[in-house]
Amino acid sequence: MATTIRAGTEDGSAPAPADGTTAPPAPPAPRARPAWRSRLYRLDLKAAPYAFVAPFFLCFAAFGLFPLLWTGWLSLHHVDLLTPDTMEWRGLDNYTRLWGNDQFWTALRNTFTIGVISTVPQLAMALGLAHLLNYRLRGRGFFRVAILAPYATSIAAATLVFVQLFNPDYGLINWFLSLFGVHGTDWYADTWPSQIAISTIVTWRWTGYNALIYLAAMQAVPKDLYEAASLDGASRWQQFTRITVPSIRPTILFTIVVSTIGATQLFGEPLLFGGGVGVSGGSAHQFQTLSLYLYELGWPSRQLGRASAVAWTMLLLLLLIGAVQHLFTRRNRAQLGG
Amino acid sequence: MATSVFPAARRRRFRAGAGDQDKAGPVTYLVLVLAAAVSLFPLYWTFVAASSTGERVAQSPPPLLPGGSLWTNVSTAWDQADMGTALLNSTVVAGCVALSTVLFSTLAGFAFAKLAFRGRGALLAVVVATMTIPPQLSVIPLYRIITGLDWGNHLQAVILPSLVAAFGVFFMRQFLTEALPFELIEAARVDGAHSLRIIWHVVFPVARPAMAVLGMLVFVQSWNDFFWPFVVLTQQNPTVQVALSAIGGGSGHDINQAVIMTGALIGTLPLLLIFALLGKYIVGGITAGAVKS
Repeated sequence: MATTIRAGTEDGSAPAPADGTTAPPAPPAPRARPAWRSRLYRLDLKAAPYAFVAPFFLCFAAFGLFPLLWTGWLSLHHVDLLTPDTMEWRGLDNYTRLWGNDQFWTALRNTFTIGVISTVPQLAMALGLAHLLNYRLRGRGFFRVAILAPYATSIAAATLVFVQLFNPDYGLINWFLSLFGVHGTDWYADTWPSQIAISTIVTWRWTGYNALIYLAAMQAVPKDLYEAASLDGASRWQQFTRITVPSIRPTILFTIVVSTIGATQLFGEPLLFGGGVGVSGGSAHQFQTLSLYLYELGWPSRQLGRASAVAWTMLLLLLLIGAVQHLFTRRNRAQLGG
Repeated sequence: MATSVFPAARRRRFRAGAGDQDKAGPVTYLVLVLAAAVSLFPLYWTFVAASSTGERVAQSPPPLLPGGSLWTNVSTAWDQADMGTALLNSTVVAGCVALSTVLFSTLAGFAFAKLAFRGRGALLAVVVATMTIPPQLSVIPLYRIITGLDWGNHLQAVILPSLVAAFGVFFMRQFLTEALPFELIEAARVDGAHSLRIIWHVVFPVARPAMAVLGMLVFVQSWNDFFWPFVVLTQQNPTVQVALSAIGGGSGHDINQAVIMTGALIGTLPLLLIFALLGKYIVGGITAGAVKS
């Protein structure tokens, strides 16, 4: 048995027969098998796949889908955190209240701006780093592990460290900036600086991870494309923009989707960045995200119904963004003819 | 064995002799050294601050070299936030979540990769779609369920919702689609093996390298998970991240900044050790899992 298995592993990189969607041919039924055994065998063949995927779907139904729908139901009620069994019907009131609520719009705007200033530079730098890591290098392993090290750092630990580094009075960053004549940026209280600081934490944690994902995609680009291009006299930059980027476009789209989802959920970084006033996202809500607003409504303010309305608004926003991205990529693909 | 998880790495070595065109120049090295420095510096500085006194950290310019107060700070942090319980809890939670995610993801990944059944394509699409749903959407009812069961503040409240992850199912499917030949399954079936035997004697041995990588990735993710543990656990029974939020969340100027940094250091050190030892496998796992996505 063991030898068969090893043999199987070795040709593991060989492409699987067919495209993986065709069923394996049914094995010949052994003769003289008792009827109940063959029935059992067929049952096993039919039921086993469902049994194998069942844990995922049960877990998702119990801890994902069911609570998601319940959140929708709750969002139509007034519910107190301490007496969650008394629900008062409110219809769409929770949503209309959000519409007229300044803090909600601030949180929405913050989520958007922090999302943009954390995602765009992050992915751009990751793309550049991946391109550099794709050259023949000494110390390749070291560079890869080094840029991934922030990924091993938790949101909580990373944020606490950056709170220190960004301290307006004695932080390393303001000290460093003061060497260039930039003094006294208030990274805590001012809107843009605080949002840039929070985006820096996100960018620091995720750039290396995305760079490795891009690197993997780049390594799958056929080498002959580059050779042909360099014979045609294309510069390295032209090769990068004309070959590399179009070839790994699916991967780039994937990371854009994942980072967008991550950005809409941003919670721990602003919470801990704000220290004692983290839940409200700073004293003037200058960096309160939608997730934080949801938490503030649901727990400190104990209004589960309104918090649920925020949750469902987030879902709708994600669907909207998804639809826009889908449209955009389809148009993009049509333009590029691929 | 590892080569089959990291086909990209092997391919690259193979074509390394293809000429000098793709050799890195000095500018490349400069940028990469800079990127590595920016990635590592905050970690180094955490150690510097954790080994300094609180007064020293709160002075400008801040310290750049380690001081001698590491052990005092460690014992203060340990008392302040019960880091012992927190480390143990995080190990238990991340360990359980990693084990069960790897097990269930391998089963489901195998079914999606190699077994024929009605609705396979649609179900796989559902798996991928669930990755886009933020946890915030289910947190409120989940909190009610958990408190209803009197599980608030118990570790199972954090473990149960994470028993299996869509990402893991997808990861194992990608791996097994390529790594597990149909012939091997057929041969086992001809020998009269039922599905569980095939899982045990064929799928697990072939999937082992990918299972190891997935286990490490899930362990890291679970160790660093913040939102749900923060909502459902309290300081009486925290994970590391929840304990850190207590150390850092206090307001006022009497807080010893060096102790906060020590907490961050203690919470990060176990994972950094794992990275130092197994970093290249984790790197390989991320790149291997990403190629097809």
